[in-house]
Amino acid sequence: MPTYEKILLRNMEQPGYTGSLADYQKAGGYKALEKVLKGIPPAELIEMVKKSGLRGRGGAGFPTGMKWSFIPKDHPGPKYLCCNADESEPGTFKDRQLIERDPHQMLEGIGIASYAIGAHTAYIYMRGEFELGARIVQRALQDAYDAKLFGKNIFGSGFDLEIVLHRGAGAYICGEETALLESIEGKRGKPRTKPPFPATHGLYQKPTVVNNVETMANIPHIINRGPEWYAAIGTAKSAGMRIFSVSGHVKRPGNYEVPLGITLREMIYEHAGGIRNDKRLKAIIPGGASAAFLTPDFLDTKMDFESIAQAGSMLGSGGVTVMDEETCMVWAAMNLLEFFAHESCGKCTPCREGSSWLLQILRRIETGRGRMEDLDLLVSLSKRIEGKTVCAFGDAEIAPILSTLKFFKEEYETHIRERRCPYRSNVELVMSH
Amino acid sequence: MKLKVLSEKARAAIEAEFAKYSDKRSALLHALRVAQEEVGYLSEPAMIDVAELLDLTPVQVYDAATFYTLYHLKPVGRYVIQICKTLSCALVGAGPMIEHLRERLRIEVGETTPDGLFTLKRVECLASCGSGPMMQINDNYYENLTGEKIDRILDDLKREGKSSLASGPFQIPVLGEKR
Repeated sequence: MPTYEKILLRNMEQPGYTGSLADYQKAGGYKALEKVLKGIPPAELIEMVKKSGLRGRGGAGFPTGMKWSFIPKDHPGPKYLCCNADESEPGTFKDRQLIERDPHQMLEGIGIASYAIGAHTAYIYMRGEFELGARIVQRALQDAYDAKLFGKNIFGSGFDLEIVLHRGAGAYICGEETALLESIEGKRGKPRTKPPFPATHGLYQKPTVVNNVETMANIPHIINRGPEWYAAIGTAKSAGMRIFSVSGHVKRPGNYEVPLGITLREMIYEHAGGIRNDKRLKAIIPGGASAAFLTPDFLDTKMDFESIAQAGSMLGSGGVTVMDEETCMVWAAMNLLEFFAHESCGKCTPCREGSSWLLQILRRIETGRGRMEDLDLLVSLSKRIEGKTVCAFGDAEIAPILSTLKFFKEEYETHIRERRCPYRSNVELVMSH
Repeated sequence: MKLKVLSEKARAAIEAEFAKYSDKRSALLHALRVAQEEVGYLSEPAMIDVAELLDLTPVQVYDAATFYTLYHLKPVGRYVIQICKTLSCALVGAGPMIEHLRERLRIEVGETTPDGLFTLKRVECLASCGSGPMMQINDNYYENLTGEKIDRILDDLKREGKSSLASGPFQIPVLGEKR
C-alpha cells in the first residue's frame, strides 16, 4: 500500500501524544503563530496562503487565501473569523478526529487566520452533539490563554485575539456558512440570500470569514514549511493533503490523510482494505451525502476537486461512503432523502416541500407501491428544485436520486414491476420509516 | 427581575456568556442549554425566563427552541438515547440495533420508558460513520454497537449511572485490524 507523509494526523499518531498544549508545543506547535505575529504582515500572509493553493476543506473547495483577501482592509470596526466545526455531512467524521485528538493545531490555525484578516474575535461553531469535543477545546483554550498564546498583545506583537467556543444545538444546515452566522446571532439557522457575502456582511453584518476545521489545521504547516512545499503536494489545481473519511462496506473504515489526486481504487482497496467479506463493489458516494453516487466504472477517477466533478459528482466534504453489491439503491436514496427532508430548514418552498414529496415517492417505490410514471415524476420534481433555492441544500437533496436513477434505473423498475424490494427484509424496512 | 423557574446559578451561567458577544441574543443557544439542564426540558416558564434574561420576546425564544433538535419541548427520560439511522450506520446494521432497543426497552421510537429512565430517539448523522452502528446517550458516544453491547450499556446506566463502554477521544484505527 502506498504511504504518504502525514501532516494533519502526524502528531496524534505518535505514541503517547495526548493533544495537550505541552505535547503540541514539543512537536513544534505555536511556532507558526509566533513567526507570523513577529514578522509577517497580513497582506504577505494572505499571499502565502494564496500561493499554497489551499482550498476550503468544508465542502465547497473555495481557495482559502482568496476568501481572506475579500475582507475589506480599511473597514472601521470589528471583523470576525468563524471556524466551522459543525461537521454534519453524512459520511464525514474527520473534523471530530482533529478536534478531539489535536485541538491546538486547529486553534493555532484560527490564530493565524484571525491575524491575516484583522479579526480580534474568533468563534468556533461546534455542533451541539460534540460534548467531548467541546470539553477538549474548552480545556485547550484555557491552557492556551494561560500560556498567553491568545488574549492581549500576543507574543508582544500588539495583536489581541479572543477565541470563543460557540455550541450549536442540532441542525445540519448550520454548517452552511450564513446559517452558521444566523445561529451565532441566536436565531434559527436559516441561510441568508447572497449577495451580500459574509466577507462584507457577515456576523452582525460585519466582515467575516468562515473556515472549516481542517482548513484551519493546515495553516500552521503552510507557514512552517512554506507555500511552495504545500503547493507541490497533490495536483496542480487541488493542492495539499486531504483527510478522507471512509465508511460503509469496507474492511477498514476510518480517516485517511492522503495527497489530493489518488484514485478511488487506491482509497477503497488499499487504504480502506477493500470490500467486507470480499463482496463486489456497487456504488460509491465520494464526498458526503450531498454528492452524486458513482459506480465501480469510476474507480480510476482521481480524488481531486476537478476529476470528481468531471465524473459528475463532487469531492465535497471528503466523506466516502462505500456500498456493496447487496445494497438496494432505492433504499439508499430513500435513506438519504429522509435525512434531507428532516434537515431542510424550511426557508425555500422547493426544498422544504420538494424533499418530503421526493421522500414519499421513494418510500412508495421501495415498499412495492410505486408506479412507472413515478420515475419521470422524480426527475421533473428534482429539476424544479435544482438552482431554485437560497443555498446549496436544494441541489444536494436531489443528487442521490438523479444519480441512482442515472446508473441504476433498472433497479427502480424492478421494484415497481415486482411490487417489492428485491433486497430488503421487512425488519430493515421498518427502520427507515 | 424575578425569574419563574430558573435558579440564580442558572442566571449566572447565562449572564456569564454575554461578554463574549456584541449582542446578548447570541447567548440564546447556550441559555436554552442551561435552562434545559436545570429543568430537564424546555418548559414554557423556563423559556419565558430565558426571554427575560436576554431581553427577547418569548416568541423569539420559542422560535429558536423549536428549530434545534437537541432541545426537548416535553419531559424526557434521565437518559436520552439518540441512535443514528443515516446511510453509513444503516449500511452496517443500524436497523437491527434500533429494533433491539425497541424490544429491549419495550417502547417505540420517540417514547420514554414508564420508569422515566430512557427516551429513544432515532436521529440523523452524528459524525461517527466509521464506527457504526452508534448512538449517543446524554453526553457520551457509544460506537461499534452490537445487541450484547447495548444490553451492557443499558444495564450499566441503570445500575451505576454511567458505563465504561462510552467512547473516549476519537479512536485511530489500527492498520491490519480488518472486519
